Amino acid sequence: MTRLLDVQDLRVEFRTRDGVAEALGGVSYAVDAGRTLAVLGESGSGKSVSAQAVMGILDSPPASVTGGQVLFHGRDLLTMSPRERRSVRGAAMAMIFQDALSALNPVLTVGAQLAEMYEVHRGTSRKDARARAVELMDRVRIPAAKARVDDYPHQFSGGMRQRIMIAMAIALEPELIIADEPTTALDVTVQAQVMDLLDELRREYAMGLILITHDLGVVADVADSIAVMYAGRIMETAPVQELYRRPAHPYTRGLLDSIPRVDHQGKELYAIKGLPPSLLSVPTGCPFHPRCPRAQEICRTERPPLYEVPDVTDTAAPGRASACHFWKDELDA
Amino acid sequence: MPEQRVQSAESVLEVRDLAKLYPLTRGVLVKRRIGAVRAVDTVSFDLRRGETLGIVGESGCGKSTVARLLVNLERPTAGAIRYRGEDISRLSGRALSHVRRNIQMVFQDPYTSLNPRMTVGDIVGEPFEIHPEAAPKGDRRRRVQELLDVVGLNPEHINRYPHQFSGGQRQRVGIARGLALRPEVIVADEPVSALDVSVQAQVVNLMERLQDEFGLSYVFIAHDLSVVRHICDRVAVMYLGRFAETGTDTEIYEHPTHPYTQALLSAVPVPDPGARARRTRILLSGDVPSPADPPSGCRFRTRCWKARDRCAVDVPALAVPEAFRTTDGPAAHASACHFAEERVAVTPGLA
Amino acid sequence: MPEPFETQLDMTEALAPAAGGGGPMAASGTDALRGGGPPRTRRRMPWRREIRTGGLPGGRGLWSDAWHDLRRNPVFIVSALVILFLVTIAIWPQAIADGNPYQGNLAKAQEGPAPGHPFGYDLQGRDVYTRTVYGARASITVGICATAGAALLGSLLGGLAGFFGGWWDALLSRLADVFFGIPILLGGLVFLSVVTSGSVWPVVGFIVLLGWPQISRIARGSVVTVKQHDYVQAARALGAGSGRTLLRHIAPNAVAPVIVVATIALGTYIALEATLSFLGVGLKPPTVSWGIDISSASAQIRNAPHMLLWPAGALSVTVLAFIMLGDAVRDALDPRLR
Repeated sequence: MTRLLDVQDLRVEFRTRDGVAEALGGVSYAVDAGRTLAVLGESGSGKSVSAQAVMGILDSPPASVTGGQVLFHGRDLLTMSPRERRSVRGAAMAMIFQDALSALNPVLTVGAQLAEMYEVHRGTSRKDARARAVELMDRVRIPAAKARVDDYPHQFSGGMRQRIMIAMAIALEPELIIADEPTTALDVTVQAQVMDLLDELRREYAMGLILITHDLGVVADVADSIAVMYAGRIMETAPVQELYRRPAHPYTRGLLDSIPRVDHQGKELYAIKGLPPSLLSVPTGCPFHPRCPRAQEICRTERPPLYEVPDVTDTAAPGRASACHFWKDELDA
Repeated sequence: MPEQRVQSAESVLEVRDLAKLYPLTRGVLVKRRIGAVRAVDTVSFDLRRGETLGIVGESGCGKSTVARLLVNLERPTAGAIRYRGEDISRLSGRALSHVRRNIQMVFQDPYTSLNPRMTVGDIVGEPFEIHPEAAPKGDRRRRVQELLDVVGLNPEHINRYPHQFSGGQRQRVGIARGLALRPEVIVADEPVSALDVSVQAQVVNLMERLQDEFGLSYVFIAHDLSVVRHICDRVAVMYLGRFAETGTDTEIYEHPTHPYTQALLSAVPVPDPGARARRTRILLSGDVPSPADPPSGCRFRTRCWKARDRCAVDVPALAVPEAFRTTDGPAAHASACHFAEERVAVTPGLA
Repeated sequence: MPEPFETQLDMTEALAPAAGGGGPMAASGTDALRGGGPPRTRRRMPWRREIRTGGLPGGRGLWSDAWHDLRRNPVFIVSALVILFLVTIAIWPQAIADGNPYQGNLAKAQEGPAPGHPFGYDLQGRDVYTRTVYGARASITVGICATAGAALLGSLLGGLAGFFGGWWDALLSRLADVFFGIPILLGGLVFLSVVTSGSVWPVVGFIVLLGWPQISRIARGSVVTVKQHDYVQAARALGAGSGRTLLRHIAPNAVAPVIVVATIALGTYIALEATLSFLGVGLKPPTVSWGIDISSASAQIRNAPHMLLWPAGALSVTVLAFIMLGDAVRDALDPRLR
């Protein structure tokens, strides 16, 4: 079966006044239709850059894609003409952003913004488009949709605005949704509602979902598989259960151990020592080696490839891989 | 372990019926009052020496306003904040300045809480300039370097500017500034929520170490329930300006009796994919009502699945519910709900 | 908005420093239809921060970043060189003009360029080149003094209004509105026609009087923004008084927009001086000023266009240089444009 989206060895550079920052240094991940891939990373890990590169909305300059492929149904998006790409992006892929307020046009009613999707992409008549907009708002469970269709974005609460963003994203029934920290700005109770809605819609429309996040809790809740990023590189990919149970990379383990847990209460939290590197000077070899408890000489000199890690279970999610020379030791630790 | 921490019954801070209303006005020259936002509404609690009190709640619940009231950045509309028995909320001038030395604040965003035009040395040393009696002039530089060392920064970086540090390091600078005057109480408003997971742990550890070293009492305000559980001895859950439930961390996390606490805990994403199937989540409907027009009676009733007529009329008191008053179990803690009851296994990962 | 106070303090957005702003992607193809909107500019920011937060020596702060930008900006270099040149001849006109701007030879009145007199002669047979060079002094003096005065007065009043708020703010803002409402030329004709002195100071005073409200608005807005930053709150929580808070924490962080507006205003003030002088109410002879020369030359535009050309050209170049400098400074100080 062909992958819905297959990102291979994607490289992105940013030209800054201080030099060239390697925001993505060869990133590969894939997602199948109807599945959820979580791209997990801290700030500066390049997780959002990868999403924007896939969507083709990187600002260039300063950014430029310097290598790799983004295969959507086997066709490379990066070699498409801008026009072709726009049509794919409009209809087949959609993105949801963290900050719904700045992503919605403040001077248009939400109804008009939703209706516009149909008018522009489908040529729907104004009246029908409006009816579809109300339908959509109902679909994302905005109470009293009919009454609120003529409200402006600022009249909605944060959670409701994110629902409207989701409505816009699913309007044209895309095959892939990329959600970049969709619930980070929301409170937990609202976050639960929104994640629930996203998950339900994904199942209903059999969409692929790429969830960009820093929250290990959210990932555990909804993802099927997970790609852990650090300093613009993939550290580990795995089915979600596997990763939480037996991480195959010291960075993943460090992240999992930093979460406060009940049985650790009163004790020191495990903390990964040091700081994430600057993308202007990513360490040689494995980018994580200066902070890694397992680092050896080889980690300083040789960049670890993504080693395939054999599947322990027979889940259908894509196989495991780890960019650590000592993944075996880590797995058995 | 929390039990091992020094916990005398002595209260450093006693907060009684604290309220803060922000008037809503209209008009430019002649202001007309058209209502008020009840940001904090009759909140009472004690902070004991050496303990960490967590205040959790969602945005708009008033927890940050409580923090600002405690450090006298705002004056309460009503109620009292007693420090060593003296109401500090009405002080001014010299007396206020003296109290301020003992209650300090750590801010949420390490990117905006440090003046970008000042060196780290000036930032951490500013408390001494404002309170010259705290350290003799010639001694200040050394004191600042000591402070940087205490919070795990290189004392030689005293002449660097904030932007030369990462988020976690900046938060350490903010903590050093808060520590400079050797306060008894530190009010920390979301001190780690702006930080990455791996750095967050470093700062939490630092705060715990400093508490032991300097005998600090913390008021720790956060929305991240797992961090609060880790660091706090007692927890208060806040909703729309009021405390919904207070108790020890075990009481709140494992035996919540207020429906809001139960919903909040159940909504927290648990970093354990295995727990996905096992958990029962309470999905609250709707949004938090506006604090300018809060519901009558129980503030939570508009989103509560247990709400009955009585909830719209009677304001539930924050007290041990009657059902548990005779028992001595962990469920017997203050909960502001007419129908308080335990709910089993809300959060397998957190509990 | 029913959630005015807590929203700012409880910001959970900061949770993810690498926030991505932007429009819903499906809609990006229709950006033109929706008139761009805020997403465009917002989207640029995260990368900077994402790259910077990782790298310690990455950012240098507003001023050094701005200087770094400016040194590479040809607009800035050209305008700065022009201004440097103008300031030099304003102080020391003899350096490039050895003639006497006041003495003329009526026999040569309105004559065109001649050897040693490349710009020709004016109505009274004075050397246009010398007068153009000497005219710089009046323009530059008025420009710089009026800007300095307006900036000082405006930022003082605006800053205090922004800081203290309340009735003081209301009063000052209304007062500024009143001055804003005075049409500059009409005001100039009325106020300055009663002045008999030919010196630059009445003109400077008049421009300051009408110029400060513009600066004060900017200063007020800037102070109101900075006032809300956590580091100002932190200083207050430490017990810092108003003076310290204002001077140490607010002023240094609020001054950038004022500088930008003031630099741009400088160019317009120079033009304003020339206009007033042209109308006969600004500077008055024997003061040498481009405005006066343009005024006297405009009557002769048909038979001696060179008399108008040179002072007008000098004026245009000067105004343009300052406005371009202001533009460059604004771009450099606006992090969103990086």
